[in-house]
Amino acid sequence: MIDRTQSSAPYWSLEGLVLGARLMLPLVPGMIAFAIAVGSTAAGKGLSFIESMLMNVLVYAGASQMVALGVWPEQLTVASIAALALLAGTVNARMLLLGAGLRPWLGPLPAWQTYPTLHLLTDPGWIVAMRYRGEGGSDVSVLLGGALLVFAVWMAATTAGYLLGALVPNPRAFALDLVMPIFFAAMLVPLWRGRRRAIPWVVAGVVALAVSYLVEGWWYVIAGSLAGTIAGGFVHDE
Amino acid sequence: MTSEWASPAVIVAILAMAAATYPMRAGGYWLMGRIALTPRVRRMLEASPGAVIVATILPILIREGLPAALAILAAGAAMYFFRRDYLAVAAGMALAAAARAFLT
Repeated sequence: MIDRTQSSAPYWSLEGLVLGARLMLPLVPGMIAFAIAVGSTAAGKGLSFIESMLMNVLVYAGASQMVALGVWPEQLTVASIAALALLAGTVNARMLLLGAGLRPWLGPLPAWQTYPTLHLLTDPGWIVAMRYRGEGGSDVSVLLGGALLVFAVWMAATTAGYLLGALVPNPRAFALDLVMPIFFAAMLVPLWRGRRRAIPWVVAGVVALAVSYLVEGWWYVIAGSLAGTIAGGFVHDE
Repeated sequence: MTSEWASPAVIVAILAMAAATYPMRAGGYWLMGRIALTPRVRRMLEASPGAVIVATILPILIREGLPAALAILAAGAAMYFFRRDYLAVAAGMALAAAARAFLT
């Protein structure tokens, strides 16, 4: 177990940018397939190219955009805009936890460096960066390098999806929809710190499953993540 | 709605969604700067990557059934033995694609 209090101070480097981007590469096929789907959905809902790109840059959260586009109203009213914002906020509420996890690492850095970087925070980017951090790394450029690669792939593939429609006829046949879950599952191996440290994982899984059956939508991610994280506070090392 | 450029209402909707999303990205980070990093809080944060992963993938795994389960087992095994992310993803995708082709 790496004691994070012993990790050195956060710093930036060019090599870190490259390493971060390289660590993200296994996820690229899945990201492309998903981004193409988001781009073509936006086109299908009648958003102009500029509107679609604006959403991709400013909201920059594919799952919430898919959900919002799924219920995108014909006529936007103050009420429907408020509903879209609420929807985006709830689907993205899980990211509160991701940001919290970055605090011990990025905390010593000045706010002008961290807060802009946080706009580029994504689930895969966070998982890859936390693994690097868990193995003792302190180079914040790894986080940024991975985030920038995700952003570049996202912009290119949403553009392609908008302009050309669904490029991959059946992403499921190539298991492209499973790249993220597969990669996430593989990340559990380096995160393994013995059975006791896995108790929060079990709590997270049980709560997420229960909530996914009981409540419609994305609440299960938030509920499970939060339950597992809280449980982690009560598991002591022997 | 299908204007060449951008309609003000759509831009307002996008800005509203963005205004609801960025606080989620920055809020947890901001909050943890105001909470003392006690050993308990530290343990919680250390547990959160694994918790987030399990909470995200387990319901997908159950919903997608055997192909997804095989894929995740293959990826885990590849990761355990070779510690290569690429290999884990490739093995998982290959097995899932094959299982979907032959089992369904």
